Amino acid sequence: MSIKLSTQRLILAGAAALALSVVGTVATAAEDMPALPQHDWSFKGPFGTYDRAAAQRGFQVYKEVCSACHSLDLLYYRNLTELGLTEDQVKAIAADVQVPDINDDGQPIERPGRPSDHFKKPFPNEAAAAAANGGKAPPDLSVIVKAREGGPNYVYGILTGYVPYDKLTPEQIKEFNVSKDDNFNLYFLGHRIAMPQPLDDNKVTYVDGTKATLPQEASDVVTFLAWASEPHLEARNRTGVRVILFLLVMAGLMYATKRAIWADKH
Amino acid sequence: MASSSIPAGAHGDPTRRDFLMVATGAMGAVGAIAVAWPFINNLNPAADTLALSSIEVDVKAIAVGQAITVKWRGKPVFIRHRTKEEITEAEDVKLSELPDPETDNARVTDLAKKVRPEWLIVVGVCTHLGCVPLGNKPGDPRGEYGGWFCPCHGSQYDTSGRIRKGPAPKNLAVPGYLFTTDTLVRIG
Amino acid sequence: MASSHGAPPVFNNKVIAWIDHRLPIFSYIEKEYHTFPTPRNFNYFWNFGAIATVMLVLMIATGVVLATNYQPNAELAFASVERIMRDVPSGWLIRYLHMNGASFFFIAVYIHIFRGLYYGSYKAPRELLWMLGVVILLLMMATAFMGYVLPWGQMSFWGATVITNLFSAIPVVGDSIVTWLWGGFAVDNPTLNRFFALHYLLPFIIVAVVALHVVALHVHGSNNPLGIDPKGPQDTVPFHPYYTMKDGFGVVCFLIVYAAFVFFMPNSLGDVANYIPANPMVTPNEIVPEWYFLPFYAILRAIPDKLGGVLCMFGAIAVLFVLPWLDTSRVRSCSFRPIYKWFVLLLVADVIVLGICGAHPPEGWYVPAARLATVYYFFHFLILLPVLGKIERPLPLPSSIAEAVLKKKAG
Repeated sequence: MSIKLSTQRLILAGAAALALSVVGTVATAAEDMPALPQHDWSFKGPFGTYDRAAAQRGFQVYKEVCSACHSLDLLYYRNLTELGLTEDQVKAIAADVQVPDINDDGQPIERPGRPSDHFKKPFPNEAAAAAANGGKAPPDLSVIVKAREGGPNYVYGILTGYVPYDKLTPEQIKEFNVSKDDNFNLYFLGHRIAMPQPLDDNKVTYVDGTKATLPQEASDVVTFLAWASEPHLEARNRTGVRVILFLLVMAGLMYATKRAIWADKH
Repeated sequence: MASSSIPAGAHGDPTRRDFLMVATGAMGAVGAIAVAWPFINNLNPAADTLALSSIEVDVKAIAVGQAITVKWRGKPVFIRHRTKEEITEAEDVKLSELPDPETDNARVTDLAKKVRPEWLIVVGVCTHLGCVPLGNKPGDPRGEYGGWFCPCHGSQYDTSGRIRKGPAPKNLAVPGYLFTTDTLVRIG
Repeated sequence: MASSHGAPPVFNNKVIAWIDHRLPIFSYIEKEYHTFPTPRNFNYFWNFGAIATVMLVLMIATGVVLATNYQPNAELAFASVERIMRDVPSGWLIRYLHMNGASFFFIAVYIHIFRGLYYGSYKAPRELLWMLGVVILLLMMATAFMGYVLPWGQMSFWGATVITNLFSAIPVVGDSIVTWLWGGFAVDNPTLNRFFALHYLLPFIIVAVVALHVVALHVHGSNNPLGIDPKGPQDTVPFHPYYTMKDGFGVVCFLIVYAAFVFFMPNSLGDVANYIPANPMVTPNEIVPEWYFLPFYAILRAIPDKLGGVLCMFGAIAVLFVLPWLDTSRVRSCSFRPIYKWFVLLLVADVIVLGICGAHPPEGWYVPAARLATVYYFFHFLILLPVLGKIERPLPLPSSIAEAVLKKKAG
């Protein structure tokens, strides 16, 4: 039988099946939105890793700015050791917050946090979060990078995409019905976003001395949030490279064996 | 396996073919083991469970003669602040009288090898069949030896948590612990 | 070698012989997977049955292990999946294997179905074999749908809401049925609980139907690319080692693509909205099912009538049940059907168009495209297939598989 012909057919069918699958993912491209800024992330591609220094700075930005409104429910303080912080540093960070607990007599108390505690929420519950923020609760950021089309580029775009009212064109103001009190963001669907511009130049003073420009802060905090969304990315990439190499060798070996077995039948 | 049913010489060079079959089989076996590992590993304790595998207890508030129970790795741990008499009683017992000979000193030494006779820390699980012995709360029966009494089958422990009478074969287990300060102890 | 088929095998090992005398599992394996005479001219399309079986086993294995940590509770489900991803040892791997495994199971099965369509594997005497396959497809769809609800993300919740609401189209009793499906007045905790129970159960029913599928297959043996029956030992080879090794090679090649998705783009086949916890108060801008349902979803939306849409969607699969009787051609393989061959490929293109339409909101040219594609889908099966079989002149068939193989080899 002809391997060549059947292989061609196989490739065609595979391409068809994959085409079908890709369709699902490109489904939601909004028409009149500007393209997202394309950042060269350290964690991109099959050999990507998280830039630890950037992620640590990003944690500082989260802690000093974002955490006032946004929770990070799925993270524990102990996770921070994965970013290169020492156990003692993590203990100190955890002990800095008071977490609600119940004492031996069943009374609600507050105690200093421990590494085994979840990140403290800024609001006790979603209703309180909504009430304190004009009716809409700020989303939890634990998996935000995986929960938005465009991923890290989208979050980076939102953080850097604010345009002040006086810089808007009259057409933009008219088309999107923007008033002076609105926050205009280039990359937000509908452009009027409830969150006021969170980051700006020198919003934080980095402990490592890096100059705190807006793009620097944004890319740092996105690196941190990308890690928060997918903490096992590095292990996944490493395992993946090994698995694929193994399978390639295995496929070669099996093909040779198959050829040898079929030698008298072709 | 396969070659038995195929006439010799039917498939080109049989040596090469057999070698390939064996190599493929061996590699397949390696692959199968590698695949099995994540499935087995998956059932190990998760990171959040492990994060709670050591606890810190403040023992400042425990008066002499009192004891508290804390939960550690899903089991009760007894922390008793022993009186002078209890300590002497525990130290004076002859090892030959004990079913599970162990000195009191060895049972009140923390991981830094520091001996604190006033603090006895034991896992509150009877070594017979896993019940929780009585004797930690003020009104509890403490048995003939002033330690703990297991209501299930009547095992009696002394003031060092050592088995003295009854069906239990071993002393109450001492968990690894470390006094980080004079009043703060980390268990596990 | 194929002539040994039929003669009871003799086992030298005494233990094996003892067991086999009482419970002939070794004879069965020997007969059905070792000496089983298999057409010698399979192409690589014939690998996808084995590939689908591997995926089924992998899905069950990963699923059982995931269930040991998953919490089927509306309050806990989302966080428990994330706990698996973060804290459970190898949890991220098992979860991504399972999540992408669903897609790759469907890829394998869809290619397997295409193989059956193109080479006429559904035709006599393999009608029941084909129908059991359609039952497997339906069970897979139900299982996949309920599995997608379990992470309790936004798309889980709203997908469940929309799909269960389809049943409200049934006259008179529709609303009662929907309430019964939900176990409440909306998709909620009882729905999640029962979906978990059924998602765990159905795969084992699939295994049972797959077993019947294989039994039915082994009655008359496999079809082959020529669509003609083997006439003697010269047309077949024993299943082992010829096809065990070829299937093994195919499986490993398939796993390479699968692994590339699992390790390097595990979320590319899913919807980002499923990483937002379910919120019964807010519907996402767009509700899109997983890619493998898109063609059927497009058919549903192409019909402007609610009940009609639902009927057409289920009809799109129901028509496959009667496919063996709709095809009137006496020739199985499209290799010898010069006209129909192109219509089968057109059907594939049609289903892809339906898939694209299903992925987009029903506006602009997607609406007429979806309608046209829906019309062709049913036209193909209900009109073209019966009529073309009568008027098409098939190419001359080779007299035997061996002859065709030798001719190909020479030329």
